[in-house]
Amino acid sequence: MTKQTPILEARGLGIAVGTGGGIFFAGRKLDIVMDVSLSLRPGKIVCVVGESGSGKTTLGMALVGLTPPTTGEIRFDGAPLQDFSKASFRPIRDKSALLFQDPASSFNPRQRIGDIIAEPRRISGEGATTSEAIASLAQLAGLPSSLLSRFPHALSGGQARRAAVARALSVVPRLIVADEPTAGLDVSVQGGVMNLFLDIREKHDTAFLIITHNLAVARHISDELVIMYLGRVVESGPTAEIFRNPQHPYTKALLDSEPVPDPRHRRNEPPVIGEVPSIFARPSGCEFHERCRFAQSLCRSEAPRETAGANGQRVRCHFPIGQAVGEPALAIA
Amino acid sequence: MSTEQQQTRPVLEIDELSISYGGRPAVSNVNLTIQPGEIVGIIGESGSGKSTLAHAILGLLPSSATVSGRALSLAGKNLLGADGPAFRSVRGPGAAMVFQNPMTTFSPLHRLGDQLTDLLWRGTSLSKEEKRQRIVAVFRQVGLSNAAGRLSNYPFELSGGMLQRVAIAAALMMRPSLLIADEPTTALDVTMEAQILHLIRELRAEAGVAVLMISHHLGVIAEICDRVVVMYAGRVVEQGPVEAIFANPTHPYTKALFACEPALIAPGVNRMPVIDHEALRRHADERKTA
Amino acid sequence: MSEAVSNMHVASGFNQRRSLRIARTLRQIHSTPLGAIGVVLVTLIVLVAALAPWIAPYSPTAISVTERLAGPSAAHWLGTDQLGRDLFTRVILGTRTAMTVALVSLTAALAAAIPLGLIAGYGPRWLDGLLVLVFDSLSSLPMIMFGLAIVVLLGPGVSTVILVIVAYSVPSYARLVRAQTLSLKARDFIRAEQVMNASSLRILFVHLLPNVVGPLLILACLDLSTVITLEAGLSFLGLGVKPQVPSWGNILSDGFSVIRNTPVPVLVGSIPIVLATIGFTFFGEALRDALDPKLATEKSA
Repeated sequence: MTKQTPILEARGLGIAVGTGGGIFFAGRKLDIVMDVSLSLRPGKIVCVVGESGSGKTTLGMALVGLTPPTTGEIRFDGAPLQDFSKASFRPIRDKSALLFQDPASSFNPRQRIGDIIAEPRRISGEGATTSEAIASLAQLAGLPSSLLSRFPHALSGGQARRAAVARALSVVPRLIVADEPTAGLDVSVQGGVMNLFLDIREKHDTAFLIITHNLAVARHISDELVIMYLGRVVESGPTAEIFRNPQHPYTKALLDSEPVPDPRHRRNEPPVIGEVPSIFARPSGCEFHERCRFAQSLCRSEAPRETAGANGQRVRCHFPIGQAVGEPALAIA
Repeated sequence: MSTEQQQTRPVLEIDELSISYGGRPAVSNVNLTIQPGEIVGIIGESGSGKSTLAHAILGLLPSSATVSGRALSLAGKNLLGADGPAFRSVRGPGAAMVFQNPMTTFSPLHRLGDQLTDLLWRGTSLSKEEKRQRIVAVFRQVGLSNAAGRLSNYPFELSGGMLQRVAIAAALMMRPSLLIADEPTTALDVTMEAQILHLIRELRAEAGVAVLMISHHLGVIAEICDRVVVMYAGRVVEQGPVEAIFANPTHPYTKALFACEPALIAPGVNRMPVIDHEALRRHADERKTA
Repeated sequence: MSEAVSNMHVASGFNQRRSLRIARTLRQIHSTPLGAIGVVLVTLIVLVAALAPWIAPYSPTAISVTERLAGPSAAHWLGTDQLGRDLFTRVILGTRTAMTVALVSLTAALAAAIPLGLIAGYGPRWLDGLLVLVFDSLSSLPMIMFGLAIVVLLGPGVSTVILVIVAYSVPSYARLVRAQTLSLKARDFIRAEQVMNASSLRILFVHLLPNVVGPLLILACLDLSTVITLEAGLSFLGLGVKPQVPSWGNILSDGFSVIRNTPVPVLVGSIPIVLATIGFTFFGEALRDALDPKLATEKSA
């Protein structure tokens, strides 16, 4: 029963930041993330996938209170957060860890790796901080204990990531939010970090929210996918289903854009042209219509609502692929 | 120079090239030939020496590097032991480079039009207007909308994808025989990456420029390259036509690299393979003793 | 809160190499010619200041009317002043005065500026605004006029000189600390601490402070020469330490009144000022270069 209670649940989450405000002028509210709902059960890995400007990193930061949301609701372990003040995020922060995109930058440059790993225990006062205890944490994360006396700048990208994981494991987390955990890593090292995540999940039933643009990694590691475009979730659902049958045209374009490591399967045309619009100038209606090859006049005027599609997928599109593409095409003809 | 000669003579010839930093080898005994109009990919992980090799071709290595070998020639000019002015004469007409991060390729304080005009310093016979037209033409060629208007843009006004197009335009404008692209899509989003790769392939078809594509991404190499060179620890461990290598990698490192590629692993498998560098080193030692 | 404070020490078995690092830094400073000059001069000045009472051959206030304005001799290496006091003795004890004033005032200024800057940078916005207003107002006062006003109010003396220097340097140091804090606050490692539920005190003292102190110490070292000149200047004007106290400024001031008779006292008073200025400037610059990780790696690469 408790297994089924999501460790983290977000409903209708919106994040806006004020810009350009001064004493004499009211600032403009800029929506970075709009109406995002997601739920994460223990032991599950959810990947949030999107391009730059999709708001995926902001969403991840919001869930641990670094960029407080402006609207919506967050429940942690079934208990709703009272408001989005710093104090209300305490329960989440106590039981979760954030892995930054650039792990080296998340370490105090004047602290040694051993002290960095011990930091969560020193803060909470829980768990031993003896050198043996820290060395065993490092070992769990696959970090050679000889590196514990080094400063952060002496570590390679893969080592820094392992050190960050060791720090995350310092206080056994129920949730790990990882921002681009494979960015800048060689494929051989990348696999090691992913395996480490899987080990942690197996051992502690930790839930993972992984923010990434790496579709190939998302495909193998995640149970569920959340595809974001310009601050909205355009499609979400079980990873295997989305890869088998993407229903949102953007999801399909994204999956098709990833170059396939097989010279026999070259594309003749790029699957989608143009680039993500600026959040300062959101397109009307469906935000993807300018780049969508299936766009109709309805898409230009009216924003689609999220609907439940087949196989547990949820999709935000007037004309999801494989459902109603043919009919409006006839109407135009 | 007749067209036949151009076709027979390789754009780039590297024979037994080695580069070291204070006795520490970075690149060892590399052989590489690129024919006109060919797209050759170098794949390797960080520290494989792929970028060092590319920088050596353009004379961009720091002064602490020692370069030796039998041949390094670009567009028929020998560059082995060449000095600053010799490299200066070959940068541009010989080879031009596109870097990984388009945001840092341009000076943030100057308009793109002025920066590209400066690159045409060689064309002393060209009038200002002719230079402008050449830039606009090359902007159109790389698919920049509102080509004439872009001249007065500052770099920060363009997105990363558009700036990378400008960087490619700047390289092409000098009509190089070889375009060296060092991870040109790594900093870009995947939908933009697909568009840039498509552009490079089109430019090869239209302008006939040869391309040396450096990447750590197997998908990128498979998408546009004719031949692929696999580098590991400063050495070329395998090279050949891209179809052959992807269908049947023979070197243990190439095999391991392909095994690690997430896109090549069957869906449903979630344990990822890793490369056992220790075993590869043993393999190399065995071959040395054999 | 008290628990957080008691947990705040960063001690552990991971920092056995600190002494090695200091040795390496010193070697690096020594390796440049200007740095070496700086190290030699600074060491000399510090030693003289520390050992002044033992080195000085005479009492600084011993007046000998018969030997007034004597030139350099075996008895008086640098001659005597208009009251027949031994100039060598006065220069040595003047070094002690100069260093005391400089060190006390800079330490006091740093001690005040660091917490103020940290609070302004990390604390609530309204407090930041208020503190910045205070810093700006203080540093907009003209230094000399401000110094004169304080001297007139409190009367001349060592403590007045220190007070003037502190009041004048606190705003600039505090602003530097604030700027550093603001930029560090946005860095991932401070955000990481916030996500780990670290208390503000812990973030301020364990994480921000060590990262702020480095550049500040270098600046203070460069400022030492300014402070030394300032003390000499105020004393020269008769606004600094009292006339009977040996100080470089007083030697200059006394020498100036007899410059028609002999230039020796003026020279004797100004040479140590020049040496101290050069020494601390070179030392500070070399220290800055040695501690800058970017410059250090470029050099070793």
